[in-house]
Amino acid sequence: MTTTPAFRLDLAGLDTRPAQVWGGVRLVPLVRAEPLTDLRLHQELYETEYASVPVERRTSYTSYIPHGFVADWTRDGTAAAAYGTQLASTQPADTLPERVRLQPPRRMAKREGRTRLRFLPLHLALEGYLALHFGGPTVAWEQWSQQALRRGLSPRAEEAYSGDQVRGLADALRVFEIHPGQCGVAVYVADALAAAFVVPHPDDYRSLHRSLLLDLYGELIHHYGTLSAPVPDFRADLRSAPVRTLADLRAAVDEQERAWARFHGTTMAAGLLDADYRRRTVHRLGRFTLARFVPDFRPKQENHIGEAITDDTGRIAYLKTFRLSESQVRRGHLLDRLAAHDWHLGRTAAALDLTEPQLGLRLEAAGFGHLLRQDILDHYRKKADGR
Amino acid sequence: MEAYADLIAADDVLLFVNAAITATGQREFHSTAAEQQLSLDFLHEYMRVNYRGLYAAALALDINDHNATLIVRHLLESTREATAEQRHTEGRLIARRLALLPPQRVYKLIGELRRRKVNNRRTRAILRDWLAARPDQTLDAVKYRAGLKRALRHAHLRPGHEEVGGFLFASAARAPYRSPLLDAWRRAHYEQSALYDLPYTVAEGFAQRHGIPRGAFLERIAPRMTSLERLRLQESARGHGAAVTTDLTRMPLTRLASYVLGLPAADRLARRAELTEALRAAARRAAGAQAGSWGRVAAVLDDSFSAYGSGVKRRRPLAAALACHYLLEALAADYTALWTTGRTDALLAHPYGPTPLGRRILDALDTAPQRLLIVSDGWDNAPPGLAAEVLRVWRTRLDPERRTSIVHLNPVYDADGFDVRRLAPTVPTAGLRDAEDLPALVEFAQFAEGRTDLGELTSHLAARTERFLAAGEAR
Repeated sequence: MTTTPAFRLDLAGLDTRPAQVWGGVRLVPLVRAEPLTDLRLHQELYETEYASVPVERRTSYTSYIPHGFVADWTRDGTAAAAYGTQLASTQPADTLPERVRLQPPRRMAKREGRTRLRFLPLHLALEGYLALHFGGPTVAWEQWSQQALRRGLSPRAEEAYSGDQVRGLADALRVFEIHPGQCGVAVYVADALAAAFVVPHPDDYRSLHRSLLLDLYGELIHHYGTLSAPVPDFRADLRSAPVRTLADLRAAVDEQERAWARFHGTTMAAGLLDADYRRRTVHRLGRFTLARFVPDFRPKQENHIGEAITDDTGRIAYLKTFRLSESQVRRGHLLDRLAAHDWHLGRTAAALDLTEPQLGLRLEAAGFGHLLRQDILDHYRKKADGR
Repeated sequence: MEAYADLIAADDVLLFVNAAITATGQREFHSTAAEQQLSLDFLHEYMRVNYRGLYAAALALDINDHNATLIVRHLLESTREATAEQRHTEGRLIARRLALLPPQRVYKLIGELRRRKVNNRRTRAILRDWLAARPDQTLDAVKYRAGLKRALRHAHLRPGHEEVGGFLFASAARAPYRSPLLDAWRRAHYEQSALYDLPYTVAEGFAQRHGIPRGAFLERIAPRMTSLERLRLQESARGHGAAVTTDLTRMPLTRLASYVLGLPAADRLARRAELTEALRAAARRAAGAQAGSWGRVAAVLDDSFSAYGSGVKRRRPLAAALACHYLLEALAADYTALWTTGRTDALLAHPYGPTPLGRRILDALDTAPQRLLIVSDGWDNAPPGLAAEVLRVWRTRLDPERRTSIVHLNPVYDADGFDVRRLAPTVPTAGLRDAEDLPALVEFAQFAEGRTDLGELTSHLAARTERFLAAGEAR
């Protein structure tokens, strides 16, 4: 497993098509001119919705897991069949086709054959976020509690909403008209980028379109979905175009479509595409690489975590992102800063332009109060009150 | 000020006519049944209160049965608000319309009137006349037993046939009836062969009770089916190994289009010649004397995913588009069809993909047509609003002399807008129910172009009313 610093998402090969709006939800289709045929995704539905996945000895990951993905690939670049494809006669068979026996998932990503990998979408990314500096303080500075030193951040929990709780998303997905060749979608709720989802092949997209409803969405997106007014359409406008003939009109129409794609790439999705990510490879699948990435945790800005499968040229075959809510960003930011300064409170506080008691209280507010010794925390509180 | 009120009145009437042609109170692709009904109820109430005369005159237009019964109900409920002269006209319009409605619709309407406790003298008189005009009351007694019973009770009437009273209301075991149909119903309770003398819908229940296999039942009852029942049951009968045959060429065009779209693609390919011939024959019949007289015509037809409609109105918008396709082919001398998905084989139409109406309209204008027809639910989304812009630029800059006449036909009622969805203010939009009405709709749509004069519209409606009533009296 390697961590490569500073990596950027690049949606090359995916064309942006006009968005479709329903209430407060805007869905932007992403279309591939050439589908990838040597990697295919398939959905696996689990009967039990809660699953516990052992991550290492004594550490387990428990979450709501409505579905898993299965990736199939070929080694020589020939077309792969979607997992579950079976040859059958057209006669109504007495027996049902063979299917996978359901077992509780053993690992986040598990090889299920020489060219088959099962993984839990989004949970890979979330686990990456939860496991961030999970070990706790690396140097036993006096302020840290015994628990922090012995058990690190454990237990660590984060909350998210499933897609059917995001108001309007179910309807928006139902009335969405899938484009020919569509391999992905960017989901905006109240014009905040909630998720980006890309798959290798249009057929995979058609079958996985509904799975967006089973995915996880952050608190921010849930609030926006509940509170937002309907967002307006970006309607085509040819008023400024000089039109004398039908050919001029056609050119103006083409320009409208290009302008929208430009606007989406540079403005609407800028928070996702212009940020630097730290990437961690999880698995290699032939010429493809499954990796998860976390952002630099810039407070008060858009931050996405996610997972991606890229091919040997760096093109994205699969992508799923999760937008962190503001408090999640703050927690990530604090942990990152602490780790960068060897968990020394004073130095970290100085770097953040804070006093040590202020940093202590901020850690407590972020839900990390149990990491500090009780007497130290009381001391910080007293200092803050006395001021 | 007066002129302004007139403009609003004209707009309201056009809007209501569009709604009354398209809305059925059922679930649509973009809205639920409850939303549709709420929206439609408001519209009826609004029209009845503000423009009672024009509201009643809508009965003379090609509105759908659902709205016709709603109008009748609203008028009968509020008899007290009408003047004597209005009552007279309304009475004639209602009587004529009820005679045209399928009987099950009228019996349902009577049930609804009973539920709402509407039983004024006018209502009873109208029901009496309608029941008296029914050709065979024994058939109604068997086929619409509960409905007829309710109607007789509600309007305090004597049955028109001597045995029907006993048949409906006596509960004790009866001696044989002299009327063969009533007697067949009595015998069907214990004698399997008797149920084949009954209408299909009644026999179906008895067949179930006697445990007759579905295939055998369908095969023997086939001669008793109505032509639409045959069309509907043809495929399921084939699945049971029974032969229910129907002459497709005699079916109405839009029904036939719905039937074709219900077939799997492989069947459509295998029966291509037969289906195409049937559709063309129905289109020629609908076109009548106007066939070939429309000159150079281009059509933009919507087969995007939203043309699927909903589970209760399966592929209805697509069926309307397909029927229009064949009708326009018959009407035009030179015809170009442009489907939104880019397909060229109309028979294999299937709802799929987005709605790039703007681009298709451009392609259509490229052929320099004399008439351009757009059949779509108006949800232009790839990109949104492009169709409106293309039409606006075409009208204002490229074709200000209006050499091309453009009409948008919309088969779907938009509950939020209280109207069918429009593409552009410069292009008239009309609601579409059956493709057969297309020539009349295109004519009517001219009213929606630009500013409508209420006087002109009122006189058009009066003329239609006269024709409608005269046709009834001539019968």
